[in-house]
This record gives sequence, structure tokens and C-alpha cells, in this order.
Amino acid sequence: MSQCCAQNTLDQKPKKEINSRILLPLLLLPVGIVLYIFLEDGVNYLVYSLLGMVKGSHLTEAIRFFIFEVPKVLMLLTLIVFVVGIIRSYFSPEKTRKALEGKPLFIGNIMASSLGIVTPFCSCSAIPLFLGFMESGIPLGVTFSFLVAAPMINEIALVLLFGLFGWKTALLYASTGYIIAIVSGWVIGRLKVERFVEEWVYEVKAGNFELEEFEPSFTDRIKAGYDAVIEIVSKVWIYIAIGIGVGAAIHGYVPENFMASIMGKSAWWSVPLAVMLGVPMYANAAGIIPIVQALLEKGAALGTTLAFMMAVIGLSLPETIILRKVLKLPLIFIFVGIVAVGIMMVGFIFNLVY
Amino acid sequence: MKLEILGTGCPKCVKLEEMTKKAVTELGIDAEITKVKDVKQIMEYGVMMTPALVVDGVVKSVGKVLTADEIKKMISK
Repeated sequence: MSQCCAQNTLDQKPKKEINSRILLPLLLLPVGIVLYIFLEDGVNYLVYSLLGMVKGSHLTEAIRFFIFEVPKVLMLLTLIVFVVGIIRSYFSPEKTRKALEGKPLFIGNIMASSLGIVTPFCSCSAIPLFLGFMESGIPLGVTFSFLVAAPMINEIALVLLFGLFGWKTALLYASTGYIIAIVSGWVIGRLKVERFVEEWVYEVKAGNFELEEFEPSFTDRIKAGYDAVIEIVSKVWIYIAIGIGVGAAIHGYVPENFMASIMGKSAWWSVPLAVMLGVPMYANAAGIIPIVQALLEKGAALGTTLAFMMAVIGLSLPETIILRKVLKLPLIFIFVGIVAVGIMMVGFIFNLVY
Repeated sequence: MKLEILGTGCPKCVKLEEMTKKAVTELGIDAEITKVKDVKQIMEYGVMMTPALVVDGVVKSVGKVLTADEIKKMISK
């Protein structure tokens, strides 16, 4: 400890860096809020007055839509990714595993689904995570709740839904995804399918490690927020721009009820079809949501569209191929089947309610 | 010195390997860099989030693409 303090007093540089790191978001936040508030008026002024485009024409509306939505969604995204990055720095798979050890089925499912949302997770680490959970005796069903919730409830999807459709749709998506994760994990737990886990999984002996680093300081957590923004926003902005571009084109040109006959409420079979199409598909949330928006606008029902979106981001062929390493085929089908049925039920319920 | 990069082959793991190589050349030290792709071996270290960096058998970082400077600090200690 004494050594660490001595280092800090000797070295003045990090302190300066710390201040600017905390100050920058504090300064940017009000600027962002002001920009956000005046964005619509600003865009209207730019399009109608400065560019002198005709109000109400297809082209004008498409351009206006694009210039307005792209910065709006990107600003929301930056803010949320920053906040989520800071929140995630408080969690790790190791801590989550510790929290889940010895928890009974139902409570374990609820906890695993909640932790699945906030624990940093990448599908490429699904196997080591699965092995780590199994090794410390976490029930299979609880582990599945985590594996369902982690990709399904995605902060990028949440932001886009919020930005493009409002808080109700965003909340619906998050809460139904959460319930699917809890219930499907619980069902898998009740089915007693442990025999369908590859034998070698039970033989794995996991080691333990202690990271030398101290509990990260608040500045480190802010840095984690920055890193998340740089990593995620730099990767997805292009998909968002393209998606909104496509959305803008459809917005202006495709007839209003184009999708109603195939994806409307009256076509009950559209829900299972949408899920079956969506399950093998792999797309990141940023790319899929502008498409969702276009579908909705052209008469597709909310339940059908939501089911499609959840199937795309919650389940995917690459993920099941990865999981095949640790799960035997029957369990893969059970897992995909249960989650898909859950998503379909969400679709049907929303089509009924709305 | 023995440096191991644990990872199942995701893009982040490749990045971490690059950064480690860079750190080693910049420090001009003699180090053996190996990539550990086998999940069982990764589990032996108890690592659940890849990529991870192991220095002389000790896990130094998990789930992060470190910068060359961060790696330098870890290996020169």
C-alpha cells in the first residue's frame, strides 16, 4: 500500500488526466441535452429554410428523417453505452459465478437473468463461461437463464427502440426478454437434461486466479465507459446510418400497408414464421432495428416484429454451433425450442393486446 | 519470460496477441509468446472471459484488449 501511495505523490501526471476524464462527460452532458432538445427545430430549419426544400414531398421527408434520426440515435447510443460501460465495470463473470453458487432453481433463474444483463459477455467466451459455471456447481437451468438473457437484452437494441419508438416499446422488449430468460432457464432446469451435456464438461477442473490489481478506482470506471463508447460506437455507427438510410427510403417511398398482408395481425402464422426466419439469422442489434422500424411502419404488427427482432439477436446459428462443443444435440434443440416458443408467445400476446 | 494469450480465436484475441508482440519488441526483452486456444487449458487458469494474458503462469488480465503500454507495465514488474 505504502508503495502505491508514494507513487501517486511522485507522479503528478495521472491526476491531471483524471480530472479531464471526469470533467469531459460533465461538460458534454449539458451540451448534448441542449443539442438533443433543439435538434428537431434545427433540422427543420436546415431542410426547409436553408436548403429550401418543399415541405411534404417524399424526398424532403426522407432526407429530413435521415438528418434528424442519425444524430439523435447516435447521441442516445453514446450516452447509454457510456453509462452501461461504467455499470459493467462493477460486474465480472467471476463475481456473477460467486453470486449464483448454491442458489436454488427459481431464485437462481431470476438472479442469473438479471446478472446476464449487466455482466460483460461476448458470445466468443460462451464456452469458458459455461464451463466455469458448471464447474462451480451452478445448476444447468440457472446457467441457461444467464446464456439467454446476456445476448437477448442488449443495450443497443434498448436505445434504438427507445429512440425510434418510445419508452413503451423499449420497456416491453426488455421486460419480455427478461421473463423469457427466467422461464426458459427454469423449464430447462426442471427437465433434468444434465445427461445431454458432453461428458468432458464434468471432468473439467477449473483453476482459480487472483488478479493483482486493486479494486478499480472511479476514474478507472469512467475509463471503462470511454472504452465501451469507443469500441461499440465506432463499430455500429455505420450500421445505424445504413439502417436509418434504408428506413428513410422506405419511409418516403414504399406504400403504407405494404407489409400488412404478410406480417399484419390477421396473419397468425406470421409470428412462428418470423421466429423461424429470425433464429438462424445473425445480425447485430444496430443493424436489425432500423429494419424493424421499416417493417412496423409499413403495417407489420408489433408482436410479429418484436418476435422477429428477439429471434435474430437472442438466438443465432453461430452461437448454437459454439454451444454444440459442450451440449449434445438434443439439448441444443431443447434450448433453441424453448426460447423460440417463448419468443413466439411474446409475439402472440402483443398482437392480441395491441 | 513466458507470455500466454488465452483465447478461442476471436478478433479481440488476435488484437491482444499483436499488442503483446509490440510490447515485447518495444521493451527489447526475450519472451516466448504462445497462444492457448484449447478451452480445457484456458479453464485450468480459471479464466471465463477471453482474451486473457498470462505472464509466467500468473493471470494478469481477463476480457480486455490491453494497450502495448499496459502490457509493458505488467511484464516489466
